[in-house]
Amino acid sequence: MTSTELRSPQRVSGGESETGHLEELRSNPIALLERVREECGDVGLFQLADREVVLLSGAEANEVFFRAPEELLDQAEAYPFMKPVFGEGVVFDASPERRREMLHNQALRDKFMRGHAATIAAEVEAMVGSWGEAGEVDLLEFFAELTIYTSSACLVGKRFRDQLDGRFAALYHDLERGTDALAFVDPYAPIESFARRDASRAELVRLVGGIMDGRAAEPPAADEDRDLLDVLMSIKNEDASMRFSADEVTGIFISMMFAGHHTTSTTASWMVVELLRQPALMAGVVAEIDGLHASGDEVSYQALREMPLLEACLKETLRLHPPLILLLRVAKEDLEVEGVSIRAGQMVGASPWVSNRIKEDFVDAERFDPSRYLAGREEDRDNPWTWIPFGAGRHRCVGSAFAMMQLKAIFLILLRDVELEMALPDEAYKADLSKMVIQLEQPVAIRYARRSTSAS
Amino acid sequence: MKIVVDRDLCQGHAVCESEAPGIFEVGRRASTVTLLIESPDEDRRAEVLAAIRYCPTGALSITEED
Repeated sequence: MTSTELRSPQRVSGGESETGHLEELRSNPIALLERVREECGDVGLFQLADREVVLLSGAEANEVFFRAPEELLDQAEAYPFMKPVFGEGVVFDASPERRREMLHNQALRDKFMRGHAATIAAEVEAMVGSWGEAGEVDLLEFFAELTIYTSSACLVGKRFRDQLDGRFAALYHDLERGTDALAFVDPYAPIESFARRDASRAELVRLVGGIMDGRAAEPPAADEDRDLLDVLMSIKNEDASMRFSADEVTGIFISMMFAGHHTTSTTASWMVVELLRQPALMAGVVAEIDGLHASGDEVSYQALREMPLLEACLKETLRLHPPLILLLRVAKEDLEVEGVSIRAGQMVGASPWVSNRIKEDFVDAERFDPSRYLAGREEDRDNPWTWIPFGAGRHRCVGSAFAMMQLKAIFLILLRDVELEMALPDEAYKADLSKMVIQLEQPVAIRYARRSTSAS
Repeated sequence: MKIVVDRDLCQGHAVCESEAPGIFEVGRRASTVTLLIESPDEDRRAEVLAAIRYCPTGALSITEED
């Protein structure tokens, strides 16, 4: 054996049963992912039924993962649990070229972002305005409903958003709950969360179909009132029938909204919990927000960019509670990472959860400490391949700028109007790790009271 | 100063174009940035630095060599 010969990836302990580490991934994925790095280092392996997953971590290995072209590490077939959610014919993830094209169509371009800030602020104002003087809410439920309205308003259009209510949000939540890792073996296995996923998707198609029927009877008065649904409905086959069925339109909207929905609602929920855990930080953030409102500035795009403490707290929330903990690809050719060989056909993963907490890269890595992004410190920019709540490279979340703007706009209004406190013991606020879409265990009960000094 | 674009990272968000028009451009159908001026004059440094700072993918940097 020469020194240039490649090693095979070391297999992590556990996973003795026929399906390997599948059951551990379904019940405690974080323990599994952390153990891979502890035992095997930057490159390790675990097993999901008949597939092997090579898990990479650390800057050097992650850079290979994130820079790899599509022909080498393919994303399209890496997420079998998404197909039943999106439906036939809607791909989970398009090629980087197509994604870039979608940026222009999906209103995520910089020049559209400026209008979205005001749209989002108005949605938060309306929902919080409907609350009483004081009371209790389930934060995750609140943010999940809110972000259905904001993402539909910004991505599809105001006309469609105005035709949605809480039913859409509740059904959508069932889709997110239908992402059990069992889908790696059988996405249609007879388990309850998959049955609810399919029933709720069918109900969403019925709702959207009803909206489409209404529009066919009453087309928009003016061109500028047209939203994406009107555009999709205007595309016709040669025989003048509609190109997209209600099922396909629903799939397109589900997939457009998916990446920005559970991620944002979960992050907003964790942000509140973390700020309530550190009252001095909450006071600082509220003071920063009050300062902006006192200056008389409206919720403008530029104002949102200049909120350093709020932004640092959001970044820290994303670092410690990344909404996606495992990013996956399929190796299309053999490759090598740090002297270890990866074979074509193996899955390759990177973990935001593991990489975001690497001790060598982040000072006191387990601590929620926004000062790591303030006063000349930039632990996010200093670690582009391990500070990866949004991924990195070609597949980096195209909605990250929208997400940060949206989160800031939400807190600007929420913390202006109400004071919050925990309604449960601190340790009751924890992650629900039973699905590939990580959320919080419900109820995420929080008490609110309208602020007496509120500017509104 | 000379502008460097990491083509693996640029996704064509066009924030740089808003910050420093005339230096950066992302065409309507383009998927990645075009540098209209590779080595801008010193009086445009502030705009270029804002473009680097606000680039959502961290794809931009400058070097001081020519």
